[in-house]
Amino acid sequence: MKAFTTLNGLVCPLDRANVDTDAIIPKQFLKSIKRSGFGPNLFDEWRYLDHGEPGMDNSTRPVNPDFVLNFPRYQGAQVLLARENFGCGSSREHAPWALEDQGLRVVIAPSFADIFFSNCYKNGLLPIVQPAEVVDQLFKECVASEGYRLTVDLAAQTVTTPSGQSFAFDITPHRKHCMLNGLDEIGLTLAHADKIRAFEDARKQSLPWFYV
Amino acid sequence: MTAQTLYDKLWQSHVVHEEADGTVLLYIDRHLIHEVTSPQAFEGLKLAGRQPWRVGSIVATADHNTPTDNWDKGIQDPISRQQVETLDANIREVGARAYFPFKDQGQGVIHVMGPEQGATLPGMTVVCGDSHTSTHGALGCLAHGIGTSEVEHVLATQTLVAKKSKSMLISVEGQLGAGVSAKDVALAIIGKIGTAGGTGYAIEFAGSAIRGLTVEGRMTLCNMAIEAGARAGMVAVDQATIDYVQGRPLAPTGAMWDQAVAYWKTLHSDEGAQFDAVVELKAEDILPQVTWGTSPEMVVTVADRVPDPAQEADPVKKSGIERALSYMGLTANTPVNEIPVDVVFIGSCTNSRIEDLRAAASVIRGRQKAANVKRVLVVPGSGLVKAQAEAEGLDRLFVEAGFEWREPGCSMCLAMNADRLEPGERCASTSNRNFEGRQGQGGRTHLVSPAMAAAAALAGHFVDVRSF
Ligand code: SF4
Repeated sequence: MKAFTTLNGLVCPLDRANVDTDAIIPKQFLKSIKRSGFGPNLFDEWRYLDHGEPGMDNSTRPVNPDFVLNFPRYQGAQVLLARENFGCGSSREHAPWALEDQGLRVVIAPSFADIFFSNCYKNGLLPIVQPAEVVDQLFKECVASEGYRLTVDLAAQTVTTPSGQSFAFDITPHRKHCMLNGLDEIGLTLAHADKIRAFEDARKQSLPWFYV
Repeated sequence: MTAQTLYDKLWQSHVVHEEADGTVLLYIDRHLIHEVTSPQAFEGLKLAGRQPWRVGSIVATADHNTPTDNWDKGIQDPISRQQVETLDANIREVGARAYFPFKDQGQGVIHVMGPEQGATLPGMTVVCGDSHTSTHGALGCLAHGIGTSEVEHVLATQTLVAKKSKSMLISVEGQLGAGVSAKDVALAIIGKIGTAGGTGYAIEFAGSAIRGLTVEGRMTLCNMAIEAGARAGMVAVDQATIDYVQGRPLAPTGAMWDQAVAYWKTLHSDEGAQFDAVVELKAEDILPQVTWGTSPEMVVTVADRVPDPAQEADPVKKSGIERALSYMGLTANTPVNEIPVDVVFIGSCTNSRIEDLRAAASVIRGRQKAANVKRVLVVPGSGLVKAQAEAEGLDRLFVEAGFEWREPGCSMCLAMNADRLEPGERCASTSNRNFEGRQGQGGRTHLVSPAMAAAAALAGHFVDVRSF
């Protein structure tokens, strides 16, 4: 996993509530057995005017000029601003894979769906929860000024606007540690292998029917 | 000892290790696997040179990509076939407690197959790379969906890095009216608390109306906990749960059975246990539900009208309604029972168990599919459900009414196989998600119960099944 420390990135505002994982990456792209290459199909049904299928040359497809991610001013965005309940729906990790593959590193929203939220951390994508009023303010500032960028400092747990206004955000110490250092969580867990084995052995003794 | 909730009990009995910030390693009893969310996990495991921790915890099937007709021709779509074959190869290499590959009689939608085989038992932690894993909570287990990185983590360590959720009690007291099913209860709850209402919570469903549901009905309800934003939904163990589990292929027997039952009987919230949130509904108030929009919370009763954005003050909600109406091709204030349907889908992990099929079949009573309805797919949840339905003659009732009787799988629930809506087609569906494009690009989904879906197929439009 890529480490995340600080970022000063261009912001793209996606002004919709309840953006679901089917919208983030439509199911026909879930047939891939790979982890990468989903970026060009991020928001496929909104982003292109035709129907996308795996294996198409996306560079020749007609793009939807009205979809915000296609606006010239938001090209190269690394921060996505979203509304409430972002990432609702399925557990597909293809959603964070697609966002990350597109070059996004941060999503800021008033709330996220639980599974999507934890999937993000596993992929170096930082989901940041802010109160709805703050998100609203960021939307307004972003739309009003071209080239609007935010600075995200994970160690300090802050998001800072171009005018220097700073907002704190929450993250568990465990997740922060993993993200800052780009750590493989499985390796960390296996450091507790003896404990897991002891737990399992005790369980086999007391509740053997779980193991039939 | 302080009174504990069911969730407390399930959680605490699986904590292997706890960090200072409350992050725990949670032991996983049952790991369900399907073809879509597992290939990258198996690949990651192999690349890192790791072995699966406990192969006996794995139970797998192929469901999302498999076709529901012409099984003799195999899987036509080469990319789908590759994904299913990748699962075959991974299970062959790694092993599993049980595997139900394409065309096996035990094959089915993973959340139908798990309980049916006794692969999910009360008291277990159950995970799967699939958000509707919440279904299994109906048996009094802690069950929830995980992402592919977590699938790999569970394969390698038999644990999950997790933080405890808050607890929510949703209590439904009273008796459901005739023609009102678990699906209507689920939709009514989501209509009340919203699709983010359960975010951050584990939900326990309780109350006399829930106890009155069959275990299959409880599965329908827990299945949709995720649509209310909650990762996990659960129902306490009672005699119905124990009766349901007894005799299942992977369930314990003999002395172990008695030991298990004694333990399972402790799996309920204690008297006086505290929840972080409590929501109460009256069973009598719940009527047959129909979603009108592109989120499960966009739901009304069959007696209502499609909402009018002009009546909504909140600008974000208002534009959400406008966008949904335009996607759905609906006009504000249209009575729900005047909305015609083109396609009907009876199936999915929400509503493809035997009692769902019985409910749908019971509405037919010799009638025929309406002329304006182009097709009606009935897709059983598993090979065993299919065999049972055929033994009861339900397949003939469906076929005589002009419905199509298919092979088991996820089918038009998410349209990863050939079963999908054409752009603009309107579907009465017993599945769980009405997101844009869910059943095919440009397709329009209305979520309903099996009886309501069958009634819409016969009437050609939504109709109150209680007076049909
Ligand atoms: S039936 Fe639908 S919701 Fe259920 S597992 Fe299959 S695709 Fe997912």
